[in-house]
Amino acid sequence: MALPPLDSQQWQTSFRAFLWGARSIGATVLTLVLFATYLGIGALAHDSGFSLGWTLASTAFVWAGPAQIIVITTLGSGATVLQSAIAVTVSAIRLFPMVVSVLPMMRTETTKRWHLILVAHLTAVTLWVECFRFLPQVPRNRRIAFVHGLGCGLVCVCLIANTIGYTLAANLSPLLAAGILMLTPLAFLFSTARNCRELADVIALVLGLLLFPVAALLNSGVDILVSGVVAGTIAYGVHRLRAGTVRAGA
Amino acid sequence: MSSFIGDWHALAILFVAGVIPNQIWRMLGLWFGGGIDENSELLVWVRAVATAILAGIIAQIVVQPPGALASVPDWLRYGAVAAGFVVFMLTRRSIFAGVIAGEIVMIAGKYWLG
Repeated sequence: MALPPLDSQQWQTSFRAFLWGARSIGATVLTLVLFATYLGIGALAHDSGFSLGWTLASTAFVWAGPAQIIVITTLGSGATVLQSAIAVTVSAIRLFPMVVSVLPMMRTETTKRWHLILVAHLTAVTLWVECFRFLPQVPRNRRIAFVHGLGCGLVCVCLIANTIGYTLAANLSPLLAAGILMLTPLAFLFSTARNCRELADVIALVLGLLLFPVAALLNSGVDILVSGVVAGTIAYGVHRLRAGTVRAGA
Repeated sequence: MSSFIGDWHALAILFVAGVIPNQIWRMLGLWFGGGIDENSELLVWVRAVATAILAGIIAQIVVQPPGALASVPDWLRYGAVAAGFVVFMLTRRSIFAGVIAGEIVMIAGKYWLG
């Protein structure tokens, strides 16, 4: 799908821009990945004992796949609310630089801060990636409306996927239900691997996978935090050492 | 209706453990936008820890699987992830191809085992 040229009549109203944004979800393979992920989250929430309403509320109000999975798996496996909250807080820090970097693309002289609240809420990795791709083709004064459309479209896709995944997990044979539950770790593993930009990211991913089973042996109640902080800090240490070596060599 | 919502206690926990810790960063980003270097050292560490936490969650689902996934033997779950990863790398990091390959291996393997 091609967007209309910048000077087209199609950009005359905010409403039209909103619709173009909503239609753009059909122009990206990431929508399919998001659909699979939220299908998995719906099934995961069902098998972890949460209600459908709770699941949909988590998608609409949290709107960050990793955070939702952390809440569902930790609370579902009996961790404390505090542990979940800390793990989500740490996992969500990455949203901060995303919001900071995406908002300047749609600010104009007349933009007030509250105009951008919904955009900030909708910002997550998929929207962030797509903004860099789509926004150069959208007139600046229509970008907020366009992103509202794009973001709301993605949320709707995910709410539908949640409902389907939840219902399927309740009614499918164990074989297919297991298949849907498996979507979550697969989709997250590969999208995280794809987002690795530096050596530190790769080490953090690999060590994080390997250290969790070790940390789980401690049965501390904060296993995820222990393995995450240890693996992440080691990865950062390697990054520092390497930067030091490069500088010393230069 | 009550089965759709479940109990209100769970919804309250969702806000405390999920919504607030998550939204706080978006709103801070909105408030303090600008002046943050995405390559600063602190953010490199934060990103590494966040990636490792997510990796831990992925491992938890595969190692201590919930619900129906627990009926699949350990070695088959690990094998499915490994097969998916190989295809992911071979297809120049296609998320979609990796997911499909992992699913096929697991479902075919489980079907074959009966």
